Amino acid sequence: MTGPTLQFETDSTIGVQQWLDIYRRMVAIRRFEEHVNDLYTRALMPGLAHLYSGEEAVAVGVCYALRTDDYITSTHRGHGHCLAKGASPERMFAELLGKEAGYCRGKGGSMHIADPATGNLGANAIVGGSAGIATGAAFSAKRLGNGRVTVCFFGDGAVAQGLLYEVMNLAQLWKLPVIYLCENNLYSEYTSNAEIFAGDLLGRPAAFGMHAESVDGQNVRTVYAAAKRLVERARHGDGPAFLMCNTYRYRGHHVGDINRGYYRSKEEEQRWMTERDPITGHGAWLLEQNFADASLLKQIEAEVASEMEAAVQSALAAPYPSLDQVEKDIYA
Amino acid sequence: MPETKDRELTFGEAVKEAIAEEMHRDSRVFVIGEDVAEAGTPFKVLSGLVDEFGTGRVIDTPISEPGFTGLAVGAAMTGLRPIVDIMFGDFITLTMDQMVNQAAKIHYMSGGHWRVPMVMRTTLGAGRRSAAQHSQSLHAWFSHIPGLKVVLPSTPYDAKGLMKTAIRDENPVVFFEDKMMYKLKGPVPAEDYTIPFGVADVKRAGSDITIVATSSMVQVALGAADLLADAGISAEVIDPRTMWPLDEPTLIASASKTSRVIVVDEGYERYGVTAEIAAVIASGAFFHLEAPVKRMGAMHVPIPFSPPLEDATVPSEKSVFEAARELCGKS
Repeated sequence: MTGPTLQFETDSTIGVQQWLDIYRRMVAIRRFEEHVNDLYTRALMPGLAHLYSGEEAVAVGVCYALRTDDYITSTHRGHGHCLAKGASPERMFAELLGKEAGYCRGKGGSMHIADPATGNLGANAIVGGSAGIATGAAFSAKRLGNGRVTVCFFGDGAVAQGLLYEVMNLAQLWKLPVIYLCENNLYSEYTSNAEIFAGDLLGRPAAFGMHAESVDGQNVRTVYAAAKRLVERARHGDGPAFLMCNTYRYRGHHVGDINRGYYRSKEEEQRWMTERDPITGHGAWLLEQNFADASLLKQIEAEVASEMEAAVQSALAAPYPSLDQVEKDIYA
Repeated sequence: MPETKDRELTFGEAVKEAIAEEMHRDSRVFVIGEDVAEAGTPFKVLSGLVDEFGTGRVIDTPISEPGFTGLAVGAAMTGLRPIVDIMFGDFITLTMDQMVNQAAKIHYMSGGHWRVPMVMRTTLGAGRRSAAQHSQSLHAWFSHIPGLKVVLPSTPYDAKGLMKTAIRDENPVVFFEDKMMYKLKGPVPAEDYTIPFGVADVKRAGSDITIVATSSMVQVALGAADLLADAGISAEVIDPRTMWPLDEPTLIASASKTSRVIVVDEGYERYGVTAEIAAVIASGAFFHLEAPVKRMGAMHVPIPFSPPLEDATVPSEKSVFEAARELCGKS
């Protein structure tokens, strides 16, 4: 892909503790998704889920550059975004299990987690469906002068949707504080991008005169640095941007997509997992910088594991909504 | 009914007055759509609004209905109160994902955490010789969707009061205006008033037959009622005013009183709102009915261009009159 090559940018506001915290957040997402897969295979979870494993550096790097009151919109593959923006794993598991204690009282499920407290406008199960909402949130922020920035997460599949182009045109025209954050994991569901895209993906936002760049989505520091720069740029009134993070989805399109040989090889998957893993990569960097030793990383992993285990158990034990809930909240 | 002081406005002026008053009352309200600012819409309904509120609140957009509708959904969720202008009702098809999958469901899907207080204004009605893509009445589409409210005013008075209610509502509301009715005049109070959703209005009291009519068909029904009166038949004309919420008790009570009912609507008859209303009446007033509930809607054809063909597709005073007379056994 074209776009400027991004050098690692040191950010003075980020210190050892933050880099460790970033590591913890990525581990948390990975662990969360492992539990989701486990719940699915043990038939404890209704429906399906689309796992974020492999893409952790994108959500964590981007959301670390945001304030709590900044907005995000998320996707069907949204657990990582929600967690990175500050959602509680326990309430997320509860939602995935259809429990009353879930973020949406069990009415949304895996693909619709929303949380005003963390600025999460909601995950969206229509591919590209939240591009309008994100742009509208940025419109509000500009009108109300509250300095909020909105990040619109979407996958490469959404780049094929017309809505995205309509709202990118509006955002650039009106200089709205929104970042169109494309997670390019190379596959639209079960189809390789090579089969569905003509031209250059970054050339699309560029056609609107929108600032556009592409970064290594497996390097959380690179993602963070780019996001931080673009978010602050938007916050200061310099308009929208398009950031493409090149990444990879370790699992299938959803938890049930097991036999994937017809659209991608096991070798390709292995290569990304062993050579480009965002968590391993960041862990190695922490060791290299002497920001952590191996035992500290192990300790973080153990703490996260026990936190996630407790969250799952609590969600499993939580009650379903009462039947009278079925007709509540249709209208405000 | 508040004092009218004999002031008359057109239907279009009443809509604009409601919007202007609400924009003065609440700085979060804004209008967004194609040619809404200096052009004041092709129907000139919003003429002058931009002079009063500026282009920051009366906002012209590119021809991107899904884009600006989606933007409005997000703006509504985050502290503003958009009024989206969709020039022709036929163009709502372009906004369906944003309205049906997004706006309508966000409150429920988020467990009640997010709200989408927005209004979509659009038009309905044939008769302008505009052919199949500028003449449809598609309000049934939105009436089918939980989470949306659907409003069909039929008089200037109702238009102002219902529009103000729509703007103040915490939910997505779709407001259909009959484009042939913009010049219709009627009494409209200068003062602030609202009309609650889900309350039907008896436009004319009668005892022999109930004509339930919506939007453009209310005037048709009133005209038919005049003809019926000459023929010795007393018709009651009821306008539900909102398709959802629907004032079922008023419809059932009128049907129970008169024992004969025609439901007239300009949307397609097949699978249209007349079917729902007829079903509500048929089950609610079953033991009082002397005849099956009669439905009259648009013919099941794309609206043709040629005037005699187009006119044949929509119920008229004469066709409603004849159907009513037949239903009363006096044909």
